[in-house]
Amino acid sequence: MAEREQIKRSAPTESDEVVEDEAPASSDTGEKLKSELDDLLDEIDEVLETNAEDFVKSYIQKGGE
Amino acid sequence: MAIKKTFGLETEYGIVLRGADDGNPIAASSLLINAYLSTSEGNGPPRRVGWDFEDEMPGNDARGPTPLGAMPPEVETHLVNAVLTNGARYYVDHAHPEMSSPEVADALSAVLYDRAGDLIAIESMTAARSLLPPDQQLVVYKNNSDGKGNSYGCHENYLMDRTCPFGRIVVHATAHFITRQIFTGAGKVGVEAMGRANDEVAFQLTQRADFFEEEVGLETTLKRPIINTRDEPHADPQKYRRLHVIVGDANLCQVATFLKVGTTGFVLTLIEDDLLPTEIRFANPVEALREVSHDLSLSVPLRLDDGSSVTALEVQWELYERSRKYAEERGTEALGGDPALLVLDRWEQVLTDLERDPMSLAGQVDWVTKYQLLAGYRERHQLAWDDARLAAMGIQYHDLRPEKSLFERLPHERLVDDAAARPAMVDPPLDTRAYFRGECLKRWSGSIVAANWDSMVFDVGEDPLRRVPMMEPTRGTEAHVGTLLDECQTPAELIDRLQH
Repeated sequence: MAEREQIKRSAPTESDEVVEDEAPASSDTGEKLKSELDDLLDEIDEVLETNAEDFVKSYIQKGGE
Repeated sequence: MAIKKTFGLETEYGIVLRGADDGNPIAASSLLINAYLSTSEGNGPPRRVGWDFEDEMPGNDARGPTPLGAMPPEVETHLVNAVLTNGARYYVDHAHPEMSSPEVADALSAVLYDRAGDLIAIESMTAARSLLPPDQQLVVYKNNSDGKGNSYGCHENYLMDRTCPFGRIVVHATAHFITRQIFTGAGKVGVEAMGRANDEVAFQLTQRADFFEEEVGLETTLKRPIINTRDEPHADPQKYRRLHVIVGDANLCQVATFLKVGTTGFVLTLIEDDLLPTEIRFANPVEALREVSHDLSLSVPLRLDDGSSVTALEVQWELYERSRKYAEERGTEALGGDPALLVLDRWEQVLTDLERDPMSLAGQVDWVTKYQLLAGYRERHQLAWDDARLAAMGIQYHDLRPEKSLFERLPHERLVDDAAARPAMVDPPLDTRAYFRGECLKRWSGSIVAANWDSMVFDVGEDPLRRVPMMEPTRGTEAHVGTLLDECQTPAELIDRLQH
């Protein structure tokens, strides 16, 4: 049981330290990703499979492995 | 001491013959692979080297004699089966084209050869176009489910010390496999688990979790187990075990592949050296596997058999910290050196980001990358999660055609660029026995009758055929045999020198 409590303790400590250091950089990254995603969504209909329902229905694989 | 790890990935691709009503997947897979083999990058029809099935024993069980009712996989010796000069095996497995990567010595090389394998599949699609009527096209998908209850695998292989007790592997590897899904999952719309309505889970982390029904077992196609017991080391069976991992997803994000292989390498090393004092035993591992996959908040408490609970992130932090400590105290030699330090740094960063803002991992973790695309499209068009357009995008994300792949259109981080991966389509890794296999094929494929993971059979022009055993996966490297190969003019000379 002592071991288990140790698992739980370690997680918050680890993350608390890093959150403060990196949070601003990451939200910039987040904004950049979002704007790139918006651009993609603007043009994505051009590449999407034309009849989604038929495409999904016809995508049948046999089991493998 | 933990042994030096050797890694390998086996990817079964989804395949569709577009423009034909009744596509036979075995014929389609054969056509795809044969088309590639007839190009200059494949090893060419007159010199094609087939697989040697002499040592294939997929029915052997790590727990002992095969239990009644278990279904060892069939070995299909009559289907297309080729060895490539990069040391990989490219073949038809059941109804899918499959790429088994060459053996590699670190997680970054696993990413390199995984990408090289995808590039080979892309080249194969292009090569097949000239063999098909203009209105037909072969399309390959790197995913693990058709959304209708059929799954195909992306298996991982890890060389381990035979003396390591299997029971210890089962406990700790199970805890890792259940919890690593938070960064290895490739994302899926809906649910395919039996007894669950499709709209019960809108989107989940993994392709595969729905298909696992047992904790430990030999099967790979029915009643799939979290820990697969196939005991077929493809190496000296007195010294080695090959842990055959069937529970993972195929990844398009290179960071995900890197972590999938790299973190598992660390955990298995800790298991070998008995450095995981805490046994995390889930009350119901199969249920925990699904609970993690179905929980986008990454916070679901997973019940342990002592009545307490943990989250997937807590388990991963524990495994990360033990691994970091291992590297500091014992070094990274067993895990391929410097790339293992990159694994630790990236593992820490990804867990930190998953805890704080999972969506910041778009382009690094597949489920996040896919989820963000689908959620954005859904919001823009006011769609329900069961809309066919979202299901279609969930499949098209994995389309390997560069012009149709949704993954390729999304920003993503590459650890290996295509300029580096292209040579790996034909050149073997330098630091495993794949080097010997690949270089022999490059030089003397006309004299090689057959090859497999642990041997090669040469026809040197006089009886009998000569089998060269390769039972040590870390031997046969450039450092061991590079000079020897360069000095030999003929395979007969090579055989002669290997014997003296």
